[in-house]
Amino acid sequence: MKIILNGESLETVEGASVETVLKQLGISRERVAVELNTDIVPKADYEKQLLSDGDKIEIVHFVGGG
Amino acid sequence: MTQTSDKLIIGGREFTSRLMVGTGKYASFEQTAQALEMSGAEIITVAVRRVNLDRSKESLLDYIDLKKYTLLPNTAGCYTADDAVRTCRLAREAGMSDFVKLEVLGDEKTLFPDNEELLKAAKILVAEGFTVLPYCSDDVIVCKKLEDLGCAAVMPLGAPIGSGLGIRNPYNIRIILENVSVPVIVDAGVGSASDAAIAMELGCAGVLMNTAIAGAQDPIAMAEAMKLAVIAGRLSFKAGRIPRKLYANASSPLDGLIN
Repeated sequence: MKIILNGESLETVEGASVETVLKQLGISRERVAVELNTDIVPKADYEKQLLSDGDKIEIVHFVGGG
Repeated sequence: MTQTSDKLIIGGREFTSRLMVGTGKYASFEQTAQALEMSGAEIITVAVRRVNLDRSKESLLDYIDLKKYTLLPNTAGCYTADDAVRTCRLAREAGMSDFVKLEVLGDEKTLFPDNEELLKAAKILVAEGFTVLPYCSDDVIVCKKLEDLGCAAVMPLGAPIGSGLGIRNPYNIRIILENVSVPVIVDAGVGSASDAAIAMELGCAGVLMNTAIAGAQDPIAMAEAMKLAVIAGRLSFKAGRIPRKLYANASSPLDGLIN
């Protein structure tokens, strides 16, 4: 199935969870935040939060800024 | 008065340094880390952005000891209350802390705050338990409203972000200082160490800057200059300056002059 991750289309497996996608991309869960269709996904829910085709995911982290 | 006995308290947390620094615009992450170290800052601002899907790139936090610094995520680039609130919620989830530097900008050219949207966002964030440090205009009415909403500090600008013009309206800052009880932190506009000292001599609780250090020819030396200026300005404020007089007043005794 296809999800939209940070504005770009990403192919992932059927039944993927947020955790699946983070692992697929090699992103450590520690210092990121994840939004699923504009709602925050708490870190504790990464494994159980399953994704559907067409879901919009945002994964953000901290960068340099004032 | 020593520095250690003069703590800055924000949102129930104690800080020794009154200089807060941004982490943007440095030539490298190594330089960022060195400048932060030299500045003595304990609170550092960061921005919230999409992760780079190319994981070969290093990230800022690889260079920063999170045991040493309190991260203050900002909402830079947000032009509506909704976007700012959304960014703060993401920041809290990413950083596991309630501290946020709330900025809601009104216009790309001036980067002046949109105070109406700022107040709207502050109200929502305070209700959600955030410790809100808002970047705002040097306007006492807006600052009082932000304080009334429950913000942990107010952060009026000294001059436009990144302009280096210094404290353009010290009288406005003084009026704010006389009328709000939460810490007043000058955020934006500082260009040189003397600007930082002026903010502190006015009685501000702290100064937040980024470009003045990161954009200096030698950012690491400027970080030290800013550290010393903030300490000197604070001591000067606490010590109580002499009144300004138009005419001279001799420092040496007039008695016992040889004829």
